[in-house]
Amino acid sequence: MNVFEKMTMLDRRWVYLFLAVVVTFAYLFRNDFSVPVTVTSEVESIYQFIEDLDPGDKILISFDYDPNSLAELHPMARAILLHAFRTDVKVLGVTLSQYGSTMVEELLRNGVEESRELYGIEKKYGEDYCFLGYRPYPALVILGMGQNFRIYFPEDYYNNPLDSLPIMDRVRNYDDVKCVLVLTSGTTGDWWIVYGNAKYDMPLALGVTGVMASDFYPYLGNAIFGLIGGWKGAAEYEKLVGEEHDATAGMPAQVAAHLTIILFILIGNIGYYLSRRKTQTDL
Amino acid sequence: MKQWLPLKLVFILGLFMVFQYFVPNDTSDMIYEYALDWTIIIGIFALILGLWSLLRVNVDKIKRKSENWQYAVITIAGLFFMMIVGFFPDGGFLTNYWYIHFFSYIMVPIQATMFALLAFFIASAAFRAFRARSLLASVLLLAAFIIMVRFMPMGPLSEPISDLASWVLKVPNLAAKRAIIIGIGLGIVATSLKVLLGIERSYLGKD
Repeated sequence: MNVFEKMTMLDRRWVYLFLAVVVTFAYLFRNDFSVPVTVTSEVESIYQFIEDLDPGDKILISFDYDPNSLAELHPMARAILLHAFRTDVKVLGVTLSQYGSTMVEELLRNGVEESRELYGIEKKYGEDYCFLGYRPYPALVILGMGQNFRIYFPEDYYNNPLDSLPIMDRVRNYDDVKCVLVLTSGTTGDWWIVYGNAKYDMPLALGVTGVMASDFYPYLGNAIFGLIGGWKGAAEYEKLVGEEHDATAGMPAQVAAHLTIILFILIGNIGYYLSRRKTQTDL
Repeated sequence: MKQWLPLKLVFILGLFMVFQYFVPNDTSDMIYEYALDWTIIIGIFALILGLWSLLRVNVDKIKRKSENWQYAVITIAGLFFMMIVGFFPDGGFLTNYWYIHFFSYIMVPIQATMFALLAFFIASAAFRAFRARSLLASVLLLAAFIIMVRFMPMGPLSEPISDLASWVLKVPNLAAKRAIIIGIGLGIVATSLKVLLGIERSYLGKD
């Protein structure tokens, strides 16, 4: 085996090791170099939508992700939540992921604390935000909420009757919220489009993991009015909100990982090209 | 009777749902909401069925001492442990000390680790698969390259590259995806019609 063939047949364990080392170093030294974040129109449209809402308007956020994509979706959830709290937009939270409840509860609690520390705003449960909790069978829950939130959520996560919460006053279904933001790492994004937007025609925007983002571009501008894709999208939203945090801090590691992958692709292609040329020359 | 009743039920209820979707009115809305209530009850039965199935499969594994039967013990232990602690709220709903700690310090790291491994597999797969072997493979390589490069600080080139990446996502990607989605949609309509009309009966089982 010549050197060019060796380049194309590099043991994958070297790829793993090199990637691990590069990402670790990039994350450890993240403060030493910054990555400029360019804001895309699909992220900005979500930011602008919330920015243009009047104080007291209500939005529904569905946190449909599991701990496996927490690193990607939690930063965008945090940024959106802080933005809504800062602009005095009321938030109705729900989760269609069986692992979501504990994460969302913590996220909302942290959001309230952060908005107190950052903006000096005191948010009250039941008045400024609420958490409906989790129900199984996402497609049915999406359809049910389109009729009446109370079909599947007669009580919130803390067992308070929905009618006892001031935030739920005159809120029956999607017609009574300004938009639905869905942060998802699974198939619920499709279900929200098919069973939510197609049937009830509410304004819908999605926040998804990086690998899922390209799947939802076909819906942009018709079924969904905005799309936040992965860490990069979260970093863009953090930049717009002016609260650069986990996603922005993770950008150097992501850039380093992508550079590494590009480097290996180049090595593989150079090796392939040269070994093919050598074979043709030998013939 | 065993075949006749489910087929008629599917036909009548299916037709009603189609009618309700396209011609909504107060009466059909009321019946529709009532039907949604039923799904909660059906869901509870499905949950019991799921629990029973999980227990049966894993208890069988332990009894027969089949390969990796130890994992079945852990599955059953985990299932009952989380169920029991979930029933004893400690200062609030699902805020039980053990529930929270098992979730935060076992479930979250396990799932995060599994998902993080994806980066390594993608790197290895990209290294092996993205070879410019033909014209189409070169186009794929170029598109992947553009999408990845958009994340990088490239000075004055950043904006045009970002625009180019957006174009790749919003034009060729969108066209291809829409074609696939429309194809899938037509397939769903055809299959649904076959189910409603009783042509497709695989959901009834083998009997």
